[in-house]
Amino acid sequence: MPFDMVFAANGGASLTFDLDFFLRFVFQPSPALLSGLAITIYVAVFAQLAGTILGTLSALAGMSRLRLVRAISGIYVWFFRGTPLLVQMFLVYFGTPYLLGGLDLFPRDVNIGFINLRGAILAGLVALSINEGAYMSEIVRAGILSVDLGQTEAAKSLGMTYGLTMRRIVLPQALRVIIPPLGNEFNNMLKTTSLMSIIAVEELFRVAQAANSATFKAFEAYFGVALYYLALTTIWSAVQGRIERRLGASAGRERQPGLWARMLGLSRSRDGQVGR
Amino acid sequence: MTTIANDILAAIGGVPQTASDVVVEAIDVRKSFGRLQVLKGVSLTVGRAEVVVMIGASGSGKTTFIRCINHLEKIQAGRISVNGHLIGYREANGRLIEDREPNIARQRREIGMVFQRFNLFPHLTALGNVIEAPIRVRGVPEREAIETGRALLARVGLSAKEEAYPAQLSGGQQQRVAIARALAMKPALMLFDEPTSALDPEMIGEVLEVMQELAREGMTMIVVTHEMGFAREVADRVVMMDEGVIIEEGTPEHFFTAPEQERTKAFLSKIL
Repeated sequence: MPFDMVFAANGGASLTFDLDFFLRFVFQPSPALLSGLAITIYVAVFAQLAGTILGTLSALAGMSRLRLVRAISGIYVWFFRGTPLLVQMFLVYFGTPYLLGGLDLFPRDVNIGFINLRGAILAGLVALSINEGAYMSEIVRAGILSVDLGQTEAAKSLGMTYGLTMRRIVLPQALRVIIPPLGNEFNNMLKTTSLMSIIAVEELFRVAQAANSATFKAFEAYFGVALYYLALTTIWSAVQGRIERRLGASAGRERQPGLWARMLGLSRSRDGQVGR
Repeated sequence: MTTIANDILAAIGGVPQTASDVVVEAIDVRKSFGRLQVLKGVSLTVGRAEVVVMIGASGSGKTTFIRCINHLEKIQAGRISVNGHLIGYREANGRLIEDREPNIARQRREIGMVFQRFNLFPHLTALGNVIEAPIRVRGVPEREAIETGRALLARVGLSAKEEAYPAQLSGGQQQRVAIARALAMKPALMLFDEPTSALDPEMIGEVLEVMQELAREGMTMIVVTHEMGFAREVADRVVMMDEGVIIEEGTPEHFFTAPEQERTKAFLSKIL
Protein backbone atom coordinates (compact mmCIF):
# COMPACT_ATOMS: atom_id res chain seq x y z
CA MET A 1 0.00 0.00 0.00
CA PRO A 2 2.67 2.62 0.84
CA PHE A 3 4.40 2.11 -2.52
CA ASP A 4 1.24 2.71 -4.52
CA MET A 5 0.48 5.78 -2.49
CA VAL A 6 3.90 7.29 -3.12
CA PHE A 7 3.73 6.71 -6.79
CA ALA A 8 0.23 8.08 -6.98
CA ALA A 9 1.15 11.12 -4.93
CA ASN A 10 4.00 11.85 -7.29
CA GLY A 11 1.65 11.93 -10.14
CA GLY A 12 2.67 8.56 -11.50
CA ALA A 13 6.43 8.83 -11.24
CA SER A 14 8.39 6.74 -13.65
CA LEU A 15 12.02 5.93 -14.14
CA THR A 16 13.50 8.39 -16.61
CA PHE A 17 16.86 7.29 -17.82
CA ASP A 18 18.03 8.39 -21.23
CA LEU A 19 20.14 5.40 -22.10
CA ASP A 20 21.06 6.80 -25.46
CA PHE A 21 22.33 10.07 -23.96
CA PHE A 22 24.17 8.18 -21.20
CA LEU A 23 25.96 5.85 -23.60
CA ARG A 24 26.98 8.73 -25.82
CA PHE A 25 28.18 10.75 -22.80
CA VAL A 26 30.37 7.90 -21.61
CA PHE A 27 31.51 6.17 -24.78
CA GLN A 28 31.58 9.05 -27.25
CA PRO A 29 33.04 11.64 -24.92
CA SER A 30 32.86 15.26 -25.99
CA PRO A 31 36.13 17.18 -26.44
CA ALA A 32 35.25 19.03 -23.24
CA LEU A 33 35.01 15.77 -21.30
CA LEU A 34 38.30 14.51 -22.69
CA SER A 35 39.97 17.79 -21.83
CA GLY A 36 38.47 17.56 -18.33
CA LEU A 37 39.85 14.04 -18.02
CA ALA A 38 43.30 15.27 -19.00
CA ILE A 39 43.17 18.11 -16.46
CA THR A 40 42.02 15.74 -13.72
CA ILE A 41 44.86 13.33 -14.44
CA TYR A 42 47.68 15.79 -14.75
CA VAL A 43 46.65 17.90 -11.77
CA ALA A 44 46.39 14.72 -9.67
CA VAL A 45 49.82 13.52 -10.81
CA PHE A 46 51.60 16.83 -10.29
CA ALA A 47 49.86 17.61 -7.00
CA GLN A 48 50.83 14.16 -5.71
CA LEU A 49 54.43 14.63 -6.84
CA ALA A 50 54.72 18.08 -5.32
CA GLY A 51 52.89 16.93 -2.19
CA THR A 52 55.29 14.01 -1.78
CA ILE A 53 58.33 16.29 -2.10
CA LEU A 54 56.80 18.83 0.31
CA GLY A 55 55.87 16.04 2.70
CA THR A 56 59.39 14.59 2.65
CA LEU A 57 60.90 18.00 3.37
CA SER A 58 58.35 18.57 6.13
CA ALA A 59 59.04 15.15 7.66
CA LEU A 60 62.79 15.82 7.70
CA ALA A 61 62.18 19.30 9.13
CA GLY A 62 60.02 17.71 11.81
CA MET A 63 63.01 15.65 12.93
CA SER A 64 65.44 18.54 12.88
CA ARG A 65 67.64 19.34 15.83
CA LEU A 66 66.55 22.97 15.57
CA ARG A 67 63.39 23.70 17.48
CA LEU A 68 62.31 26.48 15.09
CA VAL A 69 62.52 24.18 12.06
CA ARG A 70 60.54 21.51 13.92
CA ALA A 71 57.94 24.12 14.87
CA ILE A 72 57.48 25.27 11.27
CA SER A 73 56.87 21.69 10.16
CA GLY A 74 54.49 21.11 13.06
CA ILE A 75 52.42 24.21 12.35
CA TYR A 76 52.27 23.40 8.65
CA VAL A 77 50.93 19.91 9.25
CA TRP A 78 48.59 21.11 12.00
CA PHE A 79 47.04 23.85 9.88
CA PHE A 80 46.64 22.03 6.57
CA ARG A 81 45.37 18.79 8.07
CA GLY A 82 43.10 20.68 10.42
CA THR A 83 41.26 22.85 7.92
CA PRO A 84 39.04 21.88 4.96
CA LEU A 85 40.73 21.60 1.58
CA LEU A 86 37.82 23.57 0.14
CA VAL A 87 38.62 26.49 2.42
CA GLN A 88 42.32 26.20 1.58
CA MET A 89 41.51 26.32 -2.12
CA PHE A 90 39.51 29.53 -1.67
CA LEU A 91 42.26 30.92 0.51
CA VAL A 92 44.82 30.32 -2.23
CA TYR A 93 42.71 31.39 -5.20
CA PHE A 94 40.82 34.36 -3.77
CA GLY A 95 42.68 35.07 -0.52
CA THR A 96 46.33 35.38 -1.45
CA PRO A 97 45.86 37.82 -4.38
CA TYR A 98 43.78 40.00 -2.06
CA LEU A 99 46.39 39.75 0.69
CA LEU A 100 49.05 40.86 -1.77
CA GLY A 101 47.15 44.06 -2.59
CA GLY A 102 45.12 42.80 -5.51
CA LEU A 103 48.10 41.27 -7.28
CA ASP A 104 46.86 39.09 -10.14
CA LEU A 105 48.54 35.90 -8.95
CA PHE A 106 46.36 33.58 -11.00
CA PRO A 107 45.55 35.31 -14.32
CA ARG A 108 43.54 33.64 -17.05
CA ASP A 109 46.70 32.44 -18.72
CA VAL A 110 49.87 31.52 -16.90
CA ASN A 111 53.08 30.86 -18.78
CA ILE A 112 55.72 28.90 -16.95
CA GLY A 113 58.44 28.30 -19.49
CA PHE A 114 56.72 26.49 -22.33
CA ILE A 115 53.82 25.40 -20.16
CA ASN A 116 50.64 27.38 -20.55
CA LEU A 117 47.74 26.86 -18.21
CA ARG A 118 44.74 28.58 -16.65
CA GLY A 119 45.42 30.53 -13.49
CA ALA A 120 42.63 28.68 -11.69
CA ILE A 121 44.29 25.37 -12.45
CA LEU A 122 47.53 26.66 -10.98
CA ALA A 123 45.70 27.79 -7.85
CA GLY A 124 44.02 24.39 -7.56
CA LEU A 125 47.33 22.64 -8.08
CA VAL A 126 48.99 24.75 -5.39
CA ALA A 127 46.22 24.15 -2.87
CA LEU A 128 46.11 20.40 -3.54
CA SER A 129 49.91 20.15 -3.30
CA ILE A 130 50.19 22.01 -0.02
CA ASN A 131 47.32 20.05 1.47
CA GLU A 132 48.77 16.75 0.27
CA GLY A 133 52.20 17.71 1.64
CA ALA A 134 50.75 17.87 5.14
CA TYR A 135 49.38 14.34 4.89
CA MET A 136 52.50 12.98 3.19
CA SER A 137 54.60 14.53 5.95
CA GLU A 138 53.10 12.12 8.48
CA ILE A 139 53.42 9.18 6.09
CA VAL A 140 57.07 9.86 5.29
CA ARG A 141 57.78 10.43 8.96
CA ALA A 142 56.33 7.03 9.85
CA GLY A 143 58.41 5.50 7.05
CA ILE A 144 61.63 7.03 8.33
CA LEU A 145 60.88 5.97 11.90
CA SER A 146 60.28 2.41 10.71
CA VAL A 147 63.94 2.11 9.66
CA ASP A 148 66.08 0.57 12.39
CA LEU A 149 68.28 3.09 14.22
CA GLY A 150 71.21 0.72 13.68
CA GLN A 151 71.10 1.63 9.98
CA THR A 152 71.73 5.29 10.75
CA GLU A 153 74.48 4.39 13.19
CA ALA A 154 76.19 2.11 10.67
CA ALA A 155 76.04 4.84 8.02
CA LYS A 156 77.38 7.43 10.46
CA SER A 157 80.20 5.13 11.55
CA LEU A 158 81.28 4.93 7.91
CA GLY A 159 81.64 8.69 7.81
CA MET A 160 78.40 9.43 5.97
CA THR A 161 76.88 12.85 6.49
CA TYR A 162 73.25 13.30 7.49
CA GLY A 163 72.18 14.04 3.91
CA LEU A 164 73.98 11.04 2.48
CA THR A 165 72.62 8.77 5.22
CA MET A 166 69.07 9.87 4.47
CA ARG A 167 69.37 9.70 0.69
CA ARG A 168 71.27 6.45 0.33
CA ILE A 169 70.39 4.43 3.40
CA VAL A 170 67.26 5.54 5.28
CA LEU A 171 64.84 6.82 2.62
CA PRO A 172 65.28 3.86 0.25
CA GLN A 173 64.34 1.57 3.12
CA ALA A 174 61.53 3.83 4.28
CA LEU A 175 60.01 3.55 0.81
CA ARG A 176 58.68 0.09 1.57
CA VAL A 177 56.55 1.54 4.35
CA ILE A 178 55.69 4.74 2.45
CA ILE A 179 54.52 3.23 -0.86
CA PRO A 180 51.22 1.57 0.23
CA PRO A 181 49.76 4.68 1.93
CA LEU A 182 51.16 6.83 -0.88
CA GLY A 183 49.10 4.74 -3.29
CA ASN A 184 45.99 5.36 -1.21
CA GLU A 185 46.75 9.07 -1.14
CA PHE A 186 46.89 9.13 -4.94
CA ASN A 187 43.61 7.25 -5.16
CA ASN A 188 42.11 10.00 -3.00
CA MET A 189 43.83 12.69 -5.03
CA LEU A 190 42.25 11.49 -8.28
CA LYS A 191 38.83 12.08 -6.74
CA THR A 192 39.63 15.18 -4.69
CA THR A 193 40.59 17.13 -7.84
CA SER A 194 36.83 17.45 -8.38
CA LEU A 195 36.84 20.16 -5.68
CA MET A 196 38.55 22.41 -8.22
CA SER A 197 35.21 22.67 -10.03
CA ILE A 198 34.17 25.35 -7.56
CA ILE A 199 37.00 27.62 -8.61
CA ALA A 200 35.88 27.12 -12.21
CA VAL A 201 38.54 24.64 -13.31
CA GLU A 202 37.09 22.67 -16.20
CA GLU A 203 38.04 19.25 -14.89
CA LEU A 204 35.86 16.14 -15.17
CA PHE A 205 33.21 17.06 -12.64
CA ARG A 206 32.84 20.63 -13.88
CA VAL A 207 32.22 19.27 -17.38
CA ALA A 208 29.52 16.99 -16.02
CA GLN A 209 27.89 19.95 -14.27
CA ALA A 210 27.90 21.86 -17.55
CA ALA A 211 26.34 18.88 -19.33
CA ASN A 212 23.62 18.80 -16.68
CA SER A 213 22.95 22.52 -17.02
CA ALA A 214 22.58 22.21 -20.77
CA THR A 215 20.43 19.08 -20.88
CA PHE A 216 18.93 18.63 -17.37
CA LYS A 217 19.97 15.00 -17.59
CA ALA A 218 21.39 15.07 -14.07
CA PHE A 219 21.55 11.35 -13.35
CA GLU A 220 23.08 10.40 -16.67
CA ALA A 221 25.76 13.12 -16.50
CA TYR A 222 26.74 12.56 -12.86
CA PHE A 223 26.61 8.79 -13.07
CA GLY A 224 28.60 8.95 -16.30
CA VAL A 225 31.32 11.04 -14.76
CA ALA A 226 31.31 8.80 -11.68
CA LEU A 227 32.21 5.92 -14.00
CA TYR A 228 35.13 7.95 -15.29
CA TYR A 229 36.47 8.41 -11.75
CA LEU A 230 35.87 4.74 -11.07
CA ALA A 231 37.87 3.79 -14.14
CA LEU A 232 40.76 6.01 -13.04
CA THR A 233 40.88 4.61 -9.50
CA THR A 234 40.48 1.05 -10.75
CA ILE A 235 43.38 1.37 -13.16
CA TRP A 236 45.45 2.95 -10.39
CA SER A 237 44.60 0.14 -7.95
CA ALA A 238 45.91 -2.38 -10.44
CA VAL A 239 49.12 -0.41 -10.92
CA GLN A 240 49.50 0.03 -7.16
CA GLY A 241 49.00 -3.68 -6.56
CA ARG A 242 51.69 -4.45 -9.08
CA ILE A 243 54.15 -2.05 -7.44
CA GLU A 244 53.43 -3.38 -3.97
CA ARG A 245 53.78 -6.98 -5.06
CA ARG A 246 57.11 -6.17 -6.61
CA LEU A 247 58.25 -4.48 -3.39
CA GLY A 248 56.98 -7.44 -1.39
CA ALA A 249 58.76 -9.88 -3.69
CA SER A 250 62.07 -8.10 -3.26
CA ALA A 251 61.57 -8.33 0.49
CA GLY A 252 61.28 -12.08 0.05
CA ARG A 253 57.66 -12.19 1.12
CA GLU A 254 54.97 -14.41 -0.29
CA ARG A 255 53.17 -13.16 -3.39
CA GLN A 256 49.98 -11.30 -2.55
CA PRO A 257 46.83 -11.82 -4.62
CA GLY A 258 46.11 -9.19 -7.25
CA LEU A 259 43.17 -6.82 -7.45
CA TRP A 260 40.96 -9.02 -9.62
CA ALA A 261 41.61 -12.07 -7.53
CA ARG A 262 40.64 -10.12 -4.41
CA MET A 263 37.54 -8.61 -5.99
CA LEU A 264 36.23 -11.88 -7.35
CA GLY A 265 36.95 -13.70 -4.10
CA LEU A 266 39.48 -15.98 -5.74
CA SER A 267 42.27 -15.19 -3.35
CA ARG A 268 43.36 -17.84 -0.95
CA SER A 269 44.51 -16.98 2.50
CA ARG A 270 47.73 -18.52 3.77
CA ASP A 271 46.20 -21.60 5.29
CA GLY A 272 44.80 -22.53 1.89
CA GLN A 273 41.16 -21.63 2.48
CA VAL A 274 39.31 -19.52 -0.02
CA GLY A 275 39.20 -15.99 1.32
CA ARG A 276 36.29 -13.63 1.23
CA MET B 1 101.63 -1.39 38.42
CA THR B 2 105.05 -1.10 36.80
CA THR B 3 104.72 -4.63 35.57
CA ILE B 4 101.55 -3.62 33.78
CA ALA B 5 103.31 -0.68 32.16
CA ASN B 6 106.08 -2.97 30.99
CA ASP B 7 103.54 -5.35 29.60
CA ILE B 8 101.99 -2.55 27.62
CA LEU B 9 105.35 -1.59 26.22
CA ALA B 10 106.01 -5.16 25.29
CA ALA B 11 102.64 -5.33 23.66
CA ILE B 12 103.32 -2.49 21.30
CA GLY B 13 106.55 -4.10 20.25
CA GLY B 14 108.88 -2.40 22.68
CA VAL B 15 108.80 0.79 20.67
CA PRO B 16 109.07 3.88 22.85
CA GLN B 17 105.66 5.45 23.08
CA THR B 18 105.92 8.68 21.15
CA ALA B 19 102.88 10.78 20.27
CA SER B 20 102.48 9.28 16.81
CA ASP B 21 102.28 5.80 18.25
CA VAL B 22 99.17 6.67 20.19
CA VAL B 23 95.98 6.04 18.25
CA VAL B 24 93.37 6.55 20.94
CA GLU B 25 93.72 8.81 23.91
CA ALA B 26 90.74 9.10 26.21
CA ILE B 27 91.04 11.27 29.28
CA ASP B 28 88.57 11.27 32.15
CA VAL B 29 85.53 10.59 29.97
CA ARG B 30 82.20 11.09 31.69
CA LYS B 31 78.83 10.27 30.24
CA SER B 32 75.29 10.23 31.61
CA PHE B 33 71.99 9.10 30.23
CA GLY B 34 69.69 11.52 31.96
CA ARG B 35 70.44 11.16 35.67
CA LEU B 36 72.19 7.84 35.29
CA GLN B 37 75.94 8.26 35.05
CA VAL B 38 77.34 5.38 32.99
CA LEU B 39 80.94 6.56 32.55
CA LYS B 40 82.50 8.05 35.66
CA GLY B 41 85.88 9.16 34.40
CA VAL B 42 87.39 6.64 32.01
CA SER B 43 90.94 7.12 30.75
CA LEU B 44 92.52 4.83 28.21
CA THR B 45 95.43 5.06 25.82
CA VAL B 46 95.72 2.66 22.92
CA GLY B 47 98.94 2.40 20.93
CA ARG B 48 99.25 1.68 17.23
CA ALA B 49 98.70 -1.98 16.32
CA GLU B 50 97.57 -2.69 19.84
CA VAL B 51 94.58 -4.92 20.50
CA VAL B 52 92.65 -3.98 23.60
CA VAL B 53 89.85 -6.22 24.81
CA MET B 54 87.31 -4.68 27.14
CA ILE B 55 85.45 -6.95 29.50
CA GLY B 56 82.96 -6.39 32.27
CA ALA B 57 79.38 -7.16 33.23
CA SER B 58 76.61 -5.75 31.10
CA GLY B 59 75.85 -2.22 32.20
CA SER B 60 79.45 -1.60 33.21
CA GLY B 61 79.80 1.01 30.44
CA LYS B 62 82.17 -0.72 28.00
CA THR B 63 79.84 -0.50 25.00
CA THR B 64 78.96 3.10 25.81
CA PHE B 65 82.66 3.89 26.04
CA ILE B 66 83.57 2.60 22.59
CA ARG B 67 80.50 4.33 21.13
CA CYS B 68 81.88 7.57 22.54
CA ILE B 69 85.13 6.99 20.65
CA ASN B 70 83.40 7.59 17.29
CA HIS B 71 80.94 10.04 18.79
CA LEU B 72 77.83 7.91 18.43
CA GLU B 73 77.34 9.08 22.01
CA LYS B 74 78.00 12.57 23.30
CA ILE B 75 80.12 12.95 26.38
CA GLN B 76 79.60 15.39 29.22
CA ALA B 77 83.21 15.78 30.28
CA GLY B 78 86.70 14.67 29.39
CA ARG B 79 88.17 14.34 25.94
CA ILE B 80 88.80 11.67 23.37
CA SER B 81 91.26 11.97 20.52
CA VAL B 82 92.04 9.57 17.73
CA ASN B 83 95.26 10.02 15.80
CA GLY B 84 95.74 13.30 17.62
CA HIS B 85 92.38 14.75 16.52
CA LEU B 86 89.81 15.63 19.14
CA ILE B 87 86.66 13.62 18.41
CA GLY B 88 83.25 15.25 18.31
CA TYR B 89 84.34 18.49 19.92
CA ARG B 90 86.52 21.46 19.22
CA GLU B 91 88.24 23.68 21.68
CA ALA B 92 87.28 27.35 21.92
CA ASN B 93 88.44 29.59 24.74
CA GLY B 94 89.41 26.56 26.78
CA ARG B 95 85.93 25.10 26.52
CA LEU B 96 84.76 22.13 24.50
CA ILE B 97 82.02 22.81 21.98
CA GLU B 98 80.36 20.07 19.98
CA ASP B 99 81.76 20.03 16.47
CA ARG B 100 79.68 20.52 13.34
CA GLU B 101 78.15 17.44 11.82
CA PRO B 102 80.24 17.34 8.59
CA ASN B 103 83.44 17.54 10.67
CA ILE B 104 82.31 14.69 12.88
CA ALA B 105 81.49 12.69 9.76
CA ARG B 106 85.01 13.33 8.46
CA GLN B 107 86.56 12.15 11.74
CA ARG B 108 84.52 8.96 11.64
CA ARG B 109 86.09 7.92 8.32
CA GLU B 110 89.21 6.96 10.28
CA ILE B 111 87.31 4.78 12.72
CA GLY B 112 85.71 1.53 11.66
CA MET B 113 82.94 0.05 13.76
CA VAL B 114 81.42 -3.40 13.87
CA PHE B 115 78.10 -3.75 15.64
CA GLN B 116 76.55 -6.53 17.66
CA ARG B 117 73.61 -6.73 15.27
CA PHE B 118 75.70 -6.29 12.07
CA ASN B 119 73.55 -3.41 10.76
CA LEU B 120 74.23 -4.28 7.15
CA PHE B 121 72.22 -2.25 4.64
CA PRO B 122 69.47 -4.69 3.64
CA HIS B 123 68.73 -3.01 0.30
CA LEU B 124 72.30 -3.46 -0.93
CA THR B 125 74.22 -6.61 -1.85
CA ALA B 126 77.26 -7.72 0.13
CA LEU B 127 79.50 -5.95 -2.38
CA GLY B 128 77.14 -2.96 -2.44
CA ASN B 129 77.49 -2.67 1.34
CA VAL B 130 81.27 -2.71 1.08
CA ILE B 131 81.66 -0.16 -1.75
CA GLU B 132 78.95 2.31 -0.68
CA ALA B 133 81.00 4.44 1.71
CA PRO B 134 84.29 4.45 -0.26
CA ILE B 135 82.43 5.72 -3.33
CA ARG B 136 80.05 8.17 -1.64
CA VAL B 137 82.24 9.36 1.22
CA ARG B 138 85.80 9.04 0.01
CA GLY B 139 85.02 9.63 -3.65
CA VAL B 140 86.85 6.52 -4.79
CA PRO B 141 86.14 5.72 -8.47
CA GLU B 142 83.58 2.95 -8.76
CA ARG B 143 85.83 0.51 -10.56
CA GLU B 144 88.56 0.88 -7.97
CA ALA B 145 86.06 0.54 -5.10
CA ILE B 146 84.69 -2.66 -6.61
CA GLU B 147 88.17 -4.08 -6.98
CA THR B 148 89.04 -3.27 -3.36
CA GLY B 149 85.63 -4.50 -2.22
CA ARG B 150 86.07 -7.85 -3.94
CA ALA B 151 89.52 -8.24 -2.39
CA LEU B 152 88.09 -7.48 1.06
CA LEU B 153 85.23 -9.95 0.65
CA ALA B 154 87.78 -12.54 -0.44
CA ARG B 155 89.79 -11.78 2.66
CA VAL B 156 86.82 -12.54 4.91
CA GLY B 157 86.12 -15.67 2.85
CA LEU B 158 82.98 -14.47 1.08
CA SER B 159 84.00 -14.21 -2.58
CA ALA B 160 81.06 -16.39 -3.54
CA LYS B 161 78.55 -14.10 -1.81
CA GLU B 162 79.29 -10.79 -3.50
CA GLU B 163 75.83 -10.51 -5.04
CA ALA B 164 73.91 -11.91 -2.06
CA TYR B 165 71.66 -9.64 -0.03
CA PRO B 166 72.08 -9.59 3.76
CA ALA B 167 68.82 -11.50 4.25
CA GLN B 168 70.32 -14.38 2.24
CA LEU B 169 73.39 -14.63 4.47
CA SER B 170 73.91 -16.37 7.80
CA GLY B 171 74.70 -14.29 10.88
CA GLY B 172 78.38 -15.15 10.71
CA GLN B 173 78.54 -14.25 7.03
CA GLN B 174 76.73 -10.97 7.68
CA GLN B 175 79.18 -10.04 10.40
CA ARG B 176 82.12 -10.82 8.13
CA VAL B 177 80.61 -8.56 5.45
CA ALA B 178 80.23 -5.89 8.13
CA ILE B 179 83.92 -6.19 8.97
CA ALA B 180 84.84 -5.91 5.27
CA ARG B 181 82.54 -2.87 4.98
CA ALA B 182 84.33 -1.11 7.84
CA LEU B 183 87.78 -2.03 6.47
CA ALA B 184 86.90 -0.62 3.05
CA MET B 185 87.24 2.87 4.52
CA LYS B 186 90.87 2.04 5.42
CA PRO B 187 90.39 3.00 9.06
CA ALA B 188 93.24 3.61 11.50
CA LEU B 189 91.22 2.06 14.29
CA MET B 190 88.57 -0.66 14.47
CA LEU B 191 85.95 -0.77 17.20
CA PHE B 192 84.11 -4.04 17.81
CA ASP B 193 80.96 -3.88 19.91
CA GLU B 194 80.25 -7.44 21.04
CA PRO B 195 80.65 -8.71 17.48
CA THR B 196 79.77 -12.31 18.29
CA SER B 197 77.03 -11.86 20.89
CA ALA B 198 74.20 -12.13 18.37
CA LEU B 199 75.62 -15.18 16.62
CA ASP B 200 74.76 -18.84 16.88
CA PRO B 201 77.61 -20.68 18.60
CA GLU B 202 78.77 -22.47 15.45
CA MET B 203 79.32 -19.13 13.69
CA ILE B 204 81.35 -17.39 16.37
CA GLY B 205 84.59 -19.07 15.28
CA GLU B 206 84.56 -17.77 11.70
CA VAL B 207 84.14 -14.16 12.86
CA LEU B 208 86.81 -14.40 15.56
CA GLU B 209 89.17 -15.91 13.02
CA VAL B 210 88.79 -12.89 10.75
CA MET B 211 89.38 -10.58 13.71
CA GLN B 212 92.45 -12.52 14.78
CA GLU B 213 93.85 -12.27 11.26
CA LEU B 214 93.20 -8.54 11.31
CA ALA B 215 95.08 -8.20 14.59
CA ARG B 216 97.99 -10.14 13.19
CA GLU B 217 98.19 -7.71 10.29
CA GLY B 218 98.69 -4.87 12.73
CA MET B 219 95.26 -3.27 12.94
CA THR B 220 94.63 -1.18 16.05
CA MET B 221 91.55 -2.64 17.69
CA ILE B 222 89.32 -2.13 20.68
CA VAL B 223 87.08 -5.12 21.20
CA VAL B 224 84.19 -5.39 23.62
CA THR B 225 83.52 -9.08 24.01
CA HIS B 226 82.72 -11.93 26.33
CA GLU B 227 84.89 -14.31 24.31
CA MET B 228 87.62 -15.01 26.83
CA GLY B 229 89.41 -17.37 24.47
CA PHE B 230 89.80 -14.50 22.02
CA ALA B 231 91.00 -12.20 24.79
CA ARG B 232 93.57 -14.74 25.91
CA GLU B 233 94.94 -15.41 22.43
CA VAL B 234 94.68 -12.10 20.64
CA ALA B 235 94.60 -9.27 23.15
CA ASP B 236 97.72 -7.30 23.97
CA ARG B 237 95.89 -5.83 26.90
CA VAL B 238 92.67 -6.59 28.73
CA VAL B 239 90.67 -3.86 30.41
CA MET B 240 88.07 -4.64 33.04
CA MET B 241 85.25 -2.15 33.52
CA ASP B 242 82.83 -2.04 36.40
CA GLU B 243 80.17 0.55 37.17
CA GLY B 244 81.53 3.13 34.77
CA VAL B 245 85.22 2.95 35.63
CA ILE B 246 88.20 0.86 34.62
CA ILE B 247 89.06 -1.18 37.68
CA GLU B 248 91.89 -3.26 36.32
CA GLU B 249 94.01 -3.62 33.21
CA GLY B 250 96.89 -5.80 32.16
CA THR B 251 98.01 -8.62 29.90
CA PRO B 252 95.70 -11.56 29.31
CA GLU B 253 98.15 -13.63 31.31
CA HIS B 254 97.77 -11.31 34.27
CA PHE B 255 93.99 -11.54 34.06
CA PHE B 256 93.71 -15.26 33.72
CA THR B 257 96.33 -16.19 36.29
CA ALA B 258 96.41 -13.48 38.91
CA PRO B 259 93.61 -10.91 38.78
CA GLU B 260 93.96 -8.44 41.61
CA GLN B 261 90.50 -6.97 42.10
CA GLU B 262 87.80 -8.94 43.86
CA ARG B 263 85.20 -7.81 41.34
CA THR B 264 87.41 -8.97 38.47
CA LYS B 265 87.77 -12.36 40.11
CA ALA B 266 84.04 -12.58 40.66
CA PHE B 267 83.32 -11.62 37.05
CA LEU B 268 85.85 -14.04 35.60
CA SER B 269 84.69 -16.91 37.76
CA LYS B 270 81.18 -16.39 36.42
CA ILE B 271 82.20 -16.23 32.81
CA LEU B 272 84.96 -18.82 32.55
